[in-house]
Amino acid sequence: MMREARHHFDVLVIGGGPAGMAAAARAAECGVRVGIVDDNFSLGGQIWRGHSDDNQKHDKQGDAQRGEAARWANRVRISGVTALCELRVVHQPETGVLLAENLDGFCELTYANLILATGARERFLPFPGWTLPNVMGAGGLQAMVKCGLPIRGKRVIIAGTGPLLLAVAAYLRQHGAEIAVICEQASWGSLAQFGVALFNWPAKILQALQLKRDIAGVPFATNSWPVAAHGKKALESVTISRAGRVETIPCDYLGCGFHLVPNVELALLLGCGVRNGFGEVDDFQKTTVSSVFCAGELTSIGGVGLALIEGQIAGLAAAERTSEAKALFGDRQNARRFAQLLDRTFRLRSKLRSLPLPETIVCRCEDVSYSRLRGHTSWRSAKLHTRCGMGTCQGRVCGPATQFLFEWTPDSVRPPVLPARIETLAAIAGQSEMLQSQGTGEY
Amino acid sequence: MLSQATLTQVTAMVNHVPVVVPSGTTVAVAIVLAGQACRTSVTGEPRGPLCGMGICFECRVTINGQLHCRSCQVLCEQGMEVDTEK
Repeated sequence: MMREARHHFDVLVIGGGPAGMAAAARAAECGVRVGIVDDNFSLGGQIWRGHSDDNQKHDKQGDAQRGEAARWANRVRISGVTALCELRVVHQPETGVLLAENLDGFCELTYANLILATGARERFLPFPGWTLPNVMGAGGLQAMVKCGLPIRGKRVIIAGTGPLLLAVAAYLRQHGAEIAVICEQASWGSLAQFGVALFNWPAKILQALQLKRDIAGVPFATNSWPVAAHGKKALESVTISRAGRVETIPCDYLGCGFHLVPNVELALLLGCGVRNGFGEVDDFQKTTVSSVFCAGELTSIGGVGLALIEGQIAGLAAAERTSEAKALFGDRQNARRFAQLLDRTFRLRSKLRSLPLPETIVCRCEDVSYSRLRGHTSWRSAKLHTRCGMGTCQGRVCGPATQFLFEWTPDSVRPPVLPARIETLAAIAGQSEMLQSQGTGEY
Repeated sequence: MLSQATLTQVTAMVNHVPVVVPSGTTVAVAIVLAGQACRTSVTGEPRGPLCGMGICFECRVTINGQLHCRSCQVLCEQGMEVDTEK
């Protein structure tokens, strides 16, 4: 079905989380032809992952999210959006054309307007033992549980920073996990300020109170972080620094993530301007590249609320409904202030730069240790001399880590932005003819 | 009420050993349940899933002969052959 296919859309959305779904639905409701692409097997992104088939009735926070997720999923379906799942964009062979592949083959996607809603990933910081199996991201562990990992009766430590830690702890606990402790690196003082500032967003106060009930009795430690993970073939225990006191706790899983960083690679590939690591957009979510919009966590880390508003603005603007888009500017302004609050509250303390030991691996793809990186002055120098960031993940994990550890700025991305099969690469104009003339091509 | 997804089970083969999981389970989860590492790093460390969302590539394995599949983004199917990377 896939091979040599070409799909054209008036509005093409990349990323099927809340921002992408809202963008797709609003655009399609204006009567234009809309496609939405996601690399996962269903829409929803990370935050709404598995909500369509999750049946945990006592999960109240989940209930509210499920309602919102279901409403948008419905709007996407009813408005006639073409959903292309398990499909990943790897390259832009020419302006206005994207090359994408799935497990079966590849296709080309063309568009009049493109909306990037590629979301965010967790920031991982290296510490001794973080490469052991069963040490995962906090969101990563939650995703695994949503995808069938049995967690009932398992002892789990949640660590890092950001509101995601509490949401993950609540989710895992509702699914039967014993949460030994939540380690939040932020200080009690900055969390207290966060709590006071929350009064500007009444809906978020309710969410916070619900979360507090969901994790009642779970030890929550501020000024705390993992110092080392231990185990032979997989995780057995974690040493944490808990408000200055070091202790070792046996556990089955460690979920550890230090807030979120945007998935900016595709925007960079397309030449979109980036400011402070985020996609740069105007009032209508337009990037610096004509016909290309960005929405959601790609422009700032503001959660589902901001993502839905930005997605809608981008979708409406891409369908040329500017007055309807403008009507949402006020809501966005308010939601963006929350993003700024998150940024202030969960800023990483410099102490975390001293977590890796000399032998601690920083680049997991190429097993490059901290000591080999320490002497370099830039990301590029480190790449050229050590292969840091040149492995399969293309620096998606060690890039944000080294940015924090050494204040390096990752440079431009190179196509393909994800590892791709040779047949897919051969589809790029010119190479396909060359392969064909040599008789090695597939078509 | 249980959803359809939790009513059926599938058997995937992880390194030729059968693993029975509810349908809707990802291959990454089946590998963890089989007690296997997903891959061995360039210096010989066992590695398992990290990000759970297709970013880190730590969970990449061979699925039905297809190399370098991110197992956290593929659902188990009946009779699926999964080989962890050595």
